[in-house]
Amino acid sequence: MALELATQDGRDVASRNGAGDQVEHMFTPAVDIFEKDDMTVILADMPGVAPGDIDVTLERQVLTLTGHIKPHAPEGYRRLSSEYREGGYSRVFTLSDAVDQNKIKASVKNGVLRLELPRAAEAKPKKIAVKAV
Amino acid sequence: MLHTRFDPFAGTDPFVDMRRMQSQMNRLFDGLGTSRSVASYPPVNFWTGEDSIVMTAELPGLSQDDIEITVRNSAISIRGEFSDHDSDDDLTWHRRERPKGKFSRSVELPFRVEADQVDARFENGVLTVEMQRPEDEKPKRIEIKS
Repeated sequence: MALELATQDGRDVASRNGAGDQVEHMFTPAVDIFEKDDMTVILADMPGVAPGDIDVTLERQVLTLTGHIKPHAPEGYRRLSSEYREGGYSRVFTLSDAVDQNKIKASVKNGVLRLELPRAAEAKPKKIAVKAV
Repeated sequence: MLHTRFDPFAGTDPFVDMRRMQSQMNRLFDGLGTSRSVASYPPVNFWTGEDSIVMTAELPGLSQDDIEITVRNSAISIRGEFSDHDSDDDLTWHRRERPKGKFSRSVELPFRVEADQVDARFENGVLTVEMQRPEDEKPKRIEIKS
């Protein structure tokens, strides 16, 4: 299973001195984490991030999900109203060593990153046969 | 009179972040994403051009078949439903923050739009709808005679 290491406090409350437009805001993506059969699945919402701009790194037990967006303001348009802000995404988890780190699968569909973390073979429950002597 | 020497929120709506913070707080406390019905979902951004308007909304996890857009006079409605592909199995949940269920929202536009000329695209979980002003309602330039 995956434990969250630190909530990335990435929400800049105000754009500083009006220069905030150049800086990419980093948000904490909403995630679903569940266990299914022999694997842990992490789904992370990263709308606006192209599949090629998502980085998943695993260093020791630390799993980092990062996504960057390209500014996608429609050309020739000016902003009228904003209810949400566009930005990148970043979130960090620690994995228990029961995850088979070589078999982690990552895929992206419709702005959602799906990570499948299979449980390591040694972590699966083993049945031990009892022999009659 | 309220007067400040500098405006920390120059050019941006300060409530955007407040709402975001509020939703983050809600997420922190209930962890179930049930408080979404309080605010209108999905949040939308509007962009305006010469004779057209663009609406964008972040709807990650939906496919283009899950979203229904209707335009009538000067109102646009979006509705959709998040389908739970994984919920039919025996699952052990650790975290559930992503939105689920149905949503529906109607937004009033600043002008009437041509229903036949609406261009909607859905890419990487972001919906972009471009709407045109009807030809006979476009603002006309008036010549001033001397």
